[in-house]
Amino acid sequence: MSLARDRTVQGLTLALGVMLIVAALVPSWIVNQLLFGFSRAIAVLGLMVLWRTRLVSFGHALYFGLGAYTVALIERYAQVSDAFVLLAAAALLSTVVGFLIGFIVRRYRDIFFAMLNLAFSMILYGILVKTEALGSTDGFTIEAPTYAGIAFEDASQGKLALLCLLLVVGWACAVGVQAYLRSTLGRLTTAIGDNEIRVEYLGYSAEKAIHIKYVLSTFLAGLGGGFMALALGQVDPDSMVNWTASGELVFVTILSGPGSVAAPFIGSFVFEILRTYAFEWMPHAWQMIVGGTLLVIIFFVPGGLWALVARVAERLFGARAGAGPAAAGTGR
Amino acid sequence: MPPPILDVRNLHKNFGAVTAASNINVSFAPGETVGIIGANGAGKTTFVNMITGYLKPTRGAILYRSREITGMPPRAIARLGICRSFQVSQVFVSLSVLENLLTAVAIAESPGLGMLRPLRRPELIARAEGIMERYRIAAYRDHLASDLSQGARKLLDIAMAVVGKPRILLLDEPTSGISTEEKQPLMDVVMDALRQDELTVLFIEHDMEIVERYVDRVLAFYQGEIICDAPPAEALRDPKVLEFVIGAEYQPEPGAGHA
Repeated sequence: MSLARDRTVQGLTLALGVMLIVAALVPSWIVNQLLFGFSRAIAVLGLMVLWRTRLVSFGHALYFGLGAYTVALIERYAQVSDAFVLLAAAALLSTVVGFLIGFIVRRYRDIFFAMLNLAFSMILYGILVKTEALGSTDGFTIEAPTYAGIAFEDASQGKLALLCLLLVVGWACAVGVQAYLRSTLGRLTTAIGDNEIRVEYLGYSAEKAIHIKYVLSTFLAGLGGGFMALALGQVDPDSMVNWTASGELVFVTILSGPGSVAAPFIGSFVFEILRTYAFEWMPHAWQMIVGGTLLVIIFFVPGGLWALVARVAERLFGARAGAGPAAAGTGR
Repeated sequence: MPPPILDVRNLHKNFGAVTAASNINVSFAPGETVGIIGANGAGKTTFVNMITGYLKPTRGAILYRSREITGMPPRAIARLGICRSFQVSQVFVSLSVLENLLTAVAIAESPGLGMLRPLRRPELIARAEGIMERYRIAAYRDHLASDLSQGARKLLDIAMAVVGKPRILLLDEPTSGISTEEKQPLMDVVMDALRQDELTVLFIEHDMEIVERYVDRVLAFYQGEIICDAPPAEALRDPKVLEFVIGAEYQPEPGAGHA
């Protein structure tokens, strides 16, 4: 079956078309929510890929932050302000760092994998906070970028252009990850979660497969971070590099569920909305609502929001809406 | 006599103060079926683990087709043509039987960039189905491996080991955890399937009836050493083997030999 006939890819393409139209119609506050949500979704897509091998990283804000800071620093110090260049640099740098750190983390599993990633992210956090030239605790603001040389006078038009770019890139990432998951290498990493010894005895290096997967996740995290920097118009260590930011990514991964490459986009958007409303309703205890929601998800829908969406779609259309191996990473 | 396919020289393995293998010298001819017997802790699995690269020997050399493979990682040894099954079946429990075999077939056929091609390709599926037929597990094609019976899981485990077309296959207790009535049918399926590949088969076995029925040659281990290396009719009557390996419960029938 070719990729073009894959139901998930068809669904994603349809969703892209719909979203491009929706983006032009909705008020600007929703444009912002979509920007934040889908930026994070790209990073979450990477964590989902790791989760399929039962690996959880508590440190992917390292790459998310690296992507964001690459955008900010290049704009500040190299006076380059084209979104395409900035985002490419963000993805490239985090991928290179991910490739190098991958040689270390690929040897670890379970909690050691999770915490080793956390350790690396804390190092970056420490460097950023202590270094004045890197913005210290305040970070930087970022000017609105140009898009292949085109500058938008109107801020809301600029945001809309960024959202269109984000939608297209997000679509490409989701399709790419889907192709990866269908490939032998992608399916193999599910197998590695089951039994590494067997993979070795079949003649393939489990560590190598995990390394490739890890690099893919760092590319996605860096790209997502780059988008987030442009969407927010600023970077700061606490919301982008600190361990709480890593936790947020894991949170959204669980909220979304591992069932489909579309899940992170739904989960991240819901997370943004949830957080915004929770904050308005209870400015000092919004975490309680967000945490409570996650508890409800874990208890009642371990497959995440995607499982909920799939269930509804099944009822409406009677077909399995690409539920896929939804149980693969639900932990039981 | 053809040159040995596997030649083990002065192999030695210590775990701290415990000697798990001591001065093992043995070689195997192509196409031989060899039974490895010995009490628990005699060093059988250590021997298999060293040949397949899971353990590094303390001293000694392992030569496969005149090439030294001592200390190479399991995946490199597997690619060269030495595969194994496990005492406790090592299958991918969250994948179906078909996907288990597809994974094995895909790695065997295209370990490089071919890994980026989709797993479910018609030619791979055809091969996987052929293997399922041969090992009589086609009925469970789309069952999750975690749902299989012990016997079917063993068969899947062994089938996955031979997908890469090895020249040597090591089976670690293929009938462990299988009921007495099921042992012989299972071994019939395995040995029939393996005969088509003209493999050298080494298998660890506790059931002497199985050993006597299927092997050309017996290696008996005791405290990390080979105490007997002979055809089954002779080995299973050897006084040392009777004393240290078999114990009193098994009495070979007079005149019974290799079936």
